Amino acid sequence: MATKQILSPLPGTFYRKPAPDKPPYKSDGERIAAGEVIGLVEVMKSFNEVKADIAGKLVKFLVENEDAVMAGQPLAEIEAES
Amino acid sequence: MIKRLLIANRGEIAVRIIRAARELGIHTIQVYSQADVDSLAVKLADEAVLIGPPQAAKSYLNVPAILDAARRSDADAVHPGYGFLAENAAFADAVADLGLVFIGPSADSIRLMGDKVAARKAAMAAGVPTVPGSTGRVDDPEAALAIAKSTGFPIMIKAAAGGGGRGIRIANNLEEFERLMPQASAEAQAAFGDGGLYLEKVIERARHIEVQVLGDGERVIHCFERECSLQRRRQKVWEEAPSPVLPDDIRQKLCASAVALAEAVHYRGAGTIEYLYDDETHEFYFIEMNTRIQVEHPVTEFITGIDLVREMIRVADGEMLRIAQEDVRRAGHAIEVRINAEDPARDFAPAPGTVSDLRVPGGNGVRFDSMLYAGYTIPPFYDSLLGKLIVWDETREAALVRLKRALAELEVVGVRTTKVLHQVLAADPEVAAGRFDTRWLERWLEQNASRLAEAGTVEAREVAAT
Repeated sequence: MATKQILSPLPGTFYRKPAPDKPPYKSDGERIAAGEVIGLVEVMKSFNEVKADIAGKLVKFLVENEDAVMAGQPLAEIEAES
Repeated sequence: MIKRLLIANRGEIAVRIIRAARELGIHTIQVYSQADVDSLAVKLADEAVLIGPPQAAKSYLNVPAILDAARRSDADAVHPGYGFLAENAAFADAVADLGLVFIGPSADSIRLMGDKVAARKAAMAAGVPTVPGSTGRVDDPEAALAIAKSTGFPIMIKAAAGGGGRGIRIANNLEEFERLMPQASAEAQAAFGDGGLYLEKVIERARHIEVQVLGDGERVIHCFERECSLQRRRQKVWEEAPSPVLPDDIRQKLCASAVALAEAVHYRGAGTIEYLYDDETHEFYFIEMNTRIQVEHPVTEFITGIDLVREMIRVADGEMLRIAQEDVRRAGHAIEVRINAEDPARDFAPAPGTVSDLRVPGGNGVRFDSMLYAGYTIPPFYDSLLGKLIVWDETREAALVRLKRALAELEVVGVRTTKVLHQVLAADPEVAAGRFDTRWLERWLEQNASRLAEAGTVEAREVAAT
């Protein structure tokens, strides 16, 4: 089965939760629909949603919550639905 | 005597503080995060201390890490700049507890002015006009209703513990007011842990005018006003001194009221008292006091010749003010524009990246305070302010001409900036006439989106061609 990586569209800080006191958008192993949000990248105090571009299973996150990320850096791995 | 100053900030203001300290013969120690290893402040300072990872919460807001850096580097004073920990009373206390000088007011002054209701009460007690509304907190719904009825609508319901535009609701009539009051209280309780509210009338078509003060704990002087009405999302983008519209008798009353309030609280250091000003009635109303140096301080420096950062270091060190009020004179007109890493053609989207080349404007009456150098990579972790272009000339008209000339010289190659916004604004007839209020720029941006997009495209093409 094909796996695909979700890349960070921007450099900044990656968040897995919509707010510090909220649960994460997605967990490892969870099913995901195309267009669903997996996290936020904060760039210069503005928050940008990162979405899955395909449906499938979110195999695992490749970065931790609040990690600094580069543009183009892989954030998560998705196993595409066949 | 301060000998070793730790700068607990970054960016252009860190550079500004290093320059002032060096002229006073003070050794400078710059703290930095992993993302700021290559910053201009780190290069310019006498020494630098790593305090943590890129994220501000883990570095520039990390009090134990900063105090530890101060201890390790044998600092005897700390300058907090603006933002980050500058108005954090617990930090000011912690610095003082270590036996170090905090370059700013006492922690009690920070606490007093940080509590919006207490600040409003202090202003009233000092005879400073405040926005019509409640005297203090309103906890009783009946009393709140009575105040709203007598003040009139629209009225703002504000959280006592809020600030910076957060925790504000606007009721346009009695029904909305009755519906919003309980919501606002619950929301304030959830957001700030304090459900306390206060009420202020909405002043429509207001201008933002603020007064710079300097105090030594006993005596306070003012350095005239700045006008900062051109704002986007409550963030200032263009500031000038003096205000283009303030009549001289009102200016005197306004500045005297700022001195009265700062003296009443025994203010020490540089501070700014912010007002809303109604151009038609000539009434002014206190909104809040900022207990720190502000981004736009250079326009005041240009018209008065006073080095505000130098003076705040001196008074923090225990010196009395060297300047008497009658010695503060203003001459000419200064304008500052903020150069941000944002793309005006794409709704001001943040635009970090590498500055492949830089041309800094110069010449008579031009100042460029920035964190930039050719080859610098702007990190994405902090706010988008790259620097400020400040111009001075004998009149406002001449200053606008000089601003256009200096903007044309400025080249930040490789990243999108707000330069193009300022070029279009500087050529606008309403701006030239000084006809604006705090909501003017947002209306203007809606109407001029296509012009900005077009100007941005031309600039991008020119960059590509070089």
